[in-house]
Amino acid sequence: MTGILEAMSGALAAGAVKVVDLTHTLTEDFPTIVLPPEFGPSAPVRIERISRYDAAGPAWYWNNLSFGEHTGTHFDAPAHWFTGRDIARGTVDTMPPEHMIAPACVIDCVAESASDDDFLLTRAALENWEATHGTIPAGSWVLMRTDWSQRKGAAFANLREGGAHTPGPDAGAIQWLVNERGILGFGTETIGTDAGQGGHLDPPYPAHHFLHGAGRYGLQCLTNLHLLPPKGALIMAAPLKVHEGSGSPLRVLALVAGDTA
Amino acid sequence: MTVERPRKNPLHRTRQPLLPPGARSRKAHLLTVAAAEGRFALPRCGDCGTYAWPMPEACPNCLSADITAADAPVGAVLLADTSAEVPADPYFRERAPWRVGLAQMDCGPIALVHLHPAPQAGDRLKLTLMLDRAGQAVLHAGPENGGDMRTDKQWQEMVADPRGRRVLITDARHVAALPLARKLADAGAAGIFMGLPEGWKPLENRADFEAVPGLTFVALDLASDRSVEDLVRDIGGKVEILINTADNPRPGGLMAPASATHARMAMEVVAFGLMRLARALGPALAGRGADGGDGAPGAVAWVNVLSVFARATPPEMAGYAAAHAAALSLSHSLRAQLAVGGVRLMTVLTGPTEDDWFQLAPQPKVTGKALADAVVGGLMRGLEEVVVGDVARDLMARLAENPKAVEHDLSQGKL
Repeated sequence: MTGILEAMSGALAAGAVKVVDLTHTLTEDFPTIVLPPEFGPSAPVRIERISRYDAAGPAWYWNNLSFGEHTGTHFDAPAHWFTGRDIARGTVDTMPPEHMIAPACVIDCVAESASDDDFLLTRAALENWEATHGTIPAGSWVLMRTDWSQRKGAAFANLREGGAHTPGPDAGAIQWLVNERGILGFGTETIGTDAGQGGHLDPPYPAHHFLHGAGRYGLQCLTNLHLLPPKGALIMAAPLKVHEGSGSPLRVLALVAGDTA
Repeated sequence: MTVERPRKNPLHRTRQPLLPPGARSRKAHLLTVAAAEGRFALPRCGDCGTYAWPMPEACPNCLSADITAADAPVGAVLLADTSAEVPADPYFRERAPWRVGLAQMDCGPIALVHLHPAPQAGDRLKLTLMLDRAGQAVLHAGPENGGDMRTDKQWQEMVADPRGRRVLITDARHVAALPLARKLADAGAAGIFMGLPEGWKPLENRADFEAVPGLTFVALDLASDRSVEDLVRDIGGKVEILINTADNPRPGGLMAPASATHARMAMEVVAFGLMRLARALGPALAGRGADGGDGAPGAVAWVNVLSVFARATPPEMAGYAAAHAAALSLSHSLRAQLAVGGVRLMTVLTGPTEDDWFQLAPQPKVTGKALADAVVGGLMRGLEEVVVGDVARDLMARLAENPKAVEHDLSQGKL
């Protein structure tokens, strides 16, 4: 089997396999999820300098880093939602490492999201995608491409009266992906795996509800999905090994065949 | 209306801060308290009731050592006046000529006073106990009817008039931010930088802010090192008055589920935010305390708008009160450090404000406009300590009288 890995190394070196970074830079002003403020808030990302070749440390540069588990490009573990609280190995420190590398299907929802901030991905749309690209394999990530990552600041958060207005899946789509296709997880370019108005769906926040209830994962605030083929990319998503962590910011990488990136 | 501010000539050295003589006896600080709060008080003998000036160690009438600062009538008559043309003291030399007078106070003592340009010998005067640039209590005499204080450069040396100055307000989301901006524009501020944290969240009354003349939004999140430092890199040399309105009120006692999270956020904004501001902007402000060249008034004041709960803790706002208590403590350190540049730190303690976070607090609550009036009024009078709203004033008076009673009242939910 080592031959496969050698072949992979060779392909990477030759550019036949390329690495695409699906991660936003972790910055202090990147929008985070907005909940009614009487709930406990997530700490934002903070990068505080200890020293930078100065009196506090003449030869070295380092920072103190703090953030909530669900900030920046981040991973949701099953324990993040009440439906996944009893899942075995449902936190980021215990989840099976083999789940950290998996293939991806990329669903192009760019046009629909451009014309409707509240666009909901449906089972019918997914079946249409399958008609072109074939069945979504079990154990794969399904990534909802909206090009939302091209937006910045207020346009990215898109908060209006009534909350955030961002696209996401409806309950039927997620149930079908989980139950009929056995996906590993669902990823988006927006702040949540659910639509901005997902709290008004039935059940509220269906992606969180069904994904985590079935032990599946979430990825959000992804970028560069436009550099991935509809099928065939390999995702490497390994969250920080936080003790009993419900998720974490992480570096998400995709391996793609050289001619598709 | 906003006032056009002359641009700095880059060939001129920024004038370095000098201060008037600052030595006083410990007893004389009885007057500093009154001046800081804007009260007119004079030394008075507790035994025979005789007023004195300056602060004596014993009564000049009966030699009693029982001297306190007591409220006194503000009237006086000008006996004589003169101008110090070439004072020996470097601070006054730079600002000469300096007009002084001998005032016969209605309550007895004769005092040497800083004198407004208008009064002549024999005229009636109105006395004000003020803090000078060294933070010491001094007497100023103006016309009995008030007079035009803009023409009195000595008065202007001791107050923090926004006219011609640029003001940074740190948080547009505070209930007083918009009224403050309007009030400052009316007072002739040369510009208003309005800090906006988390600009990706909507600001509901943005259009009202944008209608204020001379107002510019700037990104500023006091909970972020980078945000504070970046802003100061941009405009640190263009701020003459800072008004820190950043706050994070969240109700919740010590045993509330998210108490530590909310307290931490409050600390990050209110206490550590103040530290970040002090570290980044403090040196720039203190260094420009005497920058008055080219007709452009220099840096003059730092205002911390804090909750009166910094002094007395309602148990249901434990973390919030602790954050404000921390900020109040930091204010004292900051005051000492700004003082070397002659920049005044004004603490504004407010009662519960008229906004959603204090919905359940009893009336009378402090409106944004009342708070703005108090802040700008305090600047115009050169105060260091301002208490706003009946609730806050009442709490402070009760604290001075019996702090244990206040603690018990607050523990029973009585403000």
